[in-house]
Amino acid sequence: MGKVVLVTGAARQLGGRFVRRIQRDPEVERVIAVDAATPPHRLGSAEFVRTDIRQSSIARVLAEHAVDTVVHLAVTGGRPVGGGAHSAVKETNVIGTMQLLGACQKSPTVRRLVVKSSTSVYGGAPRDPAVFTETTPPKSLPSGGFAKDAAEVEGYVRGFARRRPDVAVCVLRFANILGPFADSALAEYFSMPVMPTVLGYDPRLQFVHEDDVLEVLRLAAQEPRRGTLNSGTFNIAGDGVLLLSQCSRRLGRPTLPLLLPALTWVGSALRAVGVTDFSPEQMRLLTHGRVVETTQMREVLGFEPLYTTTETFADFARSRGNGLLPPERVGRAVDRVAAMLDADGPRDDVDTVEGAKR
Amino acid sequence: MADAKVIPFDEDRPRRRMPRRVRAVPAPEPVEPEPSAPAPEPAPAPAERGDAWDRRIAGGLAFLRRRITGEYEVDDFGYDKELTDQVLMSLMRPLYDKYFRVEVKGIENIPAEGGALIVANHSGTLPLDGLMLQVAVHDHHPAERHLRLLAADLVFMLPVVNELARKAGHTLACAEDAQRLLEAGELVGVMPEGFKGIGKPFGDRYKLQRFGRGGFVSTALRAGTPIVPCSIVGAEEIYPMVGNAKTLARLLGVPYFPITPTFPWLGPLGAVPLPTKWTIQFGEPIPTDGYAAEAAEDPMLMFNLTDQVREQIQHTLYKLLVQRRSVFF
Repeated sequence: MGKVVLVTGAARQLGGRFVRRIQRDPEVERVIAVDAATPPHRLGSAEFVRTDIRQSSIARVLAEHAVDTVVHLAVTGGRPVGGGAHSAVKETNVIGTMQLLGACQKSPTVRRLVVKSSTSVYGGAPRDPAVFTETTPPKSLPSGGFAKDAAEVEGYVRGFARRRPDVAVCVLRFANILGPFADSALAEYFSMPVMPTVLGYDPRLQFVHEDDVLEVLRLAAQEPRRGTLNSGTFNIAGDGVLLLSQCSRRLGRPTLPLLLPALTWVGSALRAVGVTDFSPEQMRLLTHGRVVETTQMREVLGFEPLYTTTETFADFARSRGNGLLPPERVGRAVDRVAAMLDADGPRDDVDTVEGAKR
Repeated sequence: MADAKVIPFDEDRPRRRMPRRVRAVPAPEPVEPEPSAPAPEPAPAPAERGDAWDRRIAGGLAFLRRRITGEYEVDDFGYDKELTDQVLMSLMRPLYDKYFRVEVKGIENIPAEGGALIVANHSGTLPLDGLMLQVAVHDHHPAERHLRLLAADLVFMLPVVNELARKAGHTLACAEDAQRLLEAGELVGVMPEGFKGIGKPFGDRYKLQRFGRGGFVSTALRAGTPIVPCSIVGAEEIYPMVGNAKTLARLLGVPYFPITPTFPWLGPLGAVPLPTKWTIQFGEPIPTDGYAAEAAEDPMLMFNLTDQVREQIQHTLYKLLVQRRSVFF
């Protein structure tokens, strides 16, 4: 008998892609996609059940289809699908997780639970170590927003794992997810013509590619391969680090450094007019940055991401088109200056070049 | 200050006698390796000079191109090697060469490769000694090693400062970061006295403060890297701190607010450091690889090793002070 996989949050772009991906797996017999809103995209041969995981009806869905693997992707920081209040997202994150876990606890068929979490559970403060491992306790707990939701969700999942030791539980803490189809708040931020930044801070950022996210979710939803273990908590991120200043230069989008209070104000103004979702935890990310250790992901989970942080970002940048100052054009301008200097003779304009270098 | 008694001789005496004794017994000129900073070469032929300029311009433009297109690398700690080498080091070098005229001794005690923990004394109100130590290691070591300094959390709270510190390769002084760097084979610099050392009154100069809780020793033991004691002379006198406005410090959220003969009376001009003559001496490395795996958990061994490092630094400080002819020359 094959597996029956239930995927929550299927109306979101990532959930939809995962549903399409997992049904191609030979081991998987049926895929049940669940969300409160009807997905705008196709779900292939998956069965879509429109139900709100905040309600107890989810238990009926689990029982009706004899689900054995639950992939919980409805933990998100973005805006609700099809518009709606932010509080609805928070409720889905926290109350939805509680309901889903309650239903899983009652269900005799569930054998495996995969939860999408985020590295934002580590917070990010000046007193934190530069690189977070899975066991690093956060110095200051996230005070609100998605980071707090994710921390609470992980708390409930830990409780569930204690009560149902027979269920394999895998919590994946993803770094910022980017890629050609990304619709996260960070992707929106990188699409702004001028990016407001925090004056005097250049955060270190880490990205993970959408394709790698799908692949690692699939890995976690399956039986573990030989020599690997896919229950536990894992950081998922591409190798390497990009600074925000590097990101803006590679995108060719100029930055506007603002003092932290001014940025908070600009952020709430942008949020009010609905340009972008400039939340407090995003502000925190843009101030202190966040880098995680991925040894566990490689050695225990046995997953090698296809894309590094830099490649993920390059793929994202290609999909977004040029900014105001495309790096190729800026580079060409420098080359032209170099050609001009060559033509003029080597010893001219030395001072101006030295000045420009500064 | 019970642990200060490990120093066997009277602390004030050598300093008081210092000028006279030194004149009687001139210090042997230390054999110093040629600094790798560009030494004035014999004037090249004009064509050659043109070529050199050409290359410099080409190099500068290539650098500029990489910077403005973002095509450079940083490590997990945010260390930007290229920026540090090309810009930040060049900015500090005049201060190092011309202003403090730093003299470096015992550079051969720093291993050419692999991790090592450099433990130095801390002084001078502003952490200029750390920066000078970084330049000293890079410019004098034959392998041009980069020192990764561990800095206080205050550094990473201040805007601009935190950004520059990360790009220059500094990171937070915590066991996790230190161990990660040491295991990666980096040269790590730590000043275990912390604020107690850098913010001590002028009267206490060259008296080592408590060495934290000795966490640096257990970190070095876990990573199995040697500890290189380092004594810095000259940094104590750059800002003679005669007072500490504690209330103001508390208001500003800083550990101390220095009052020197010139600061804050002369405003920004008072923040110019005195042009003292510096000496940085690296001592014999203390190996840590001979201990059992559980040694890092043994508090007695930690205290002994901490004391050993501390004593060695303090002894070298006194020795250097005795040899010093004057604070400024």
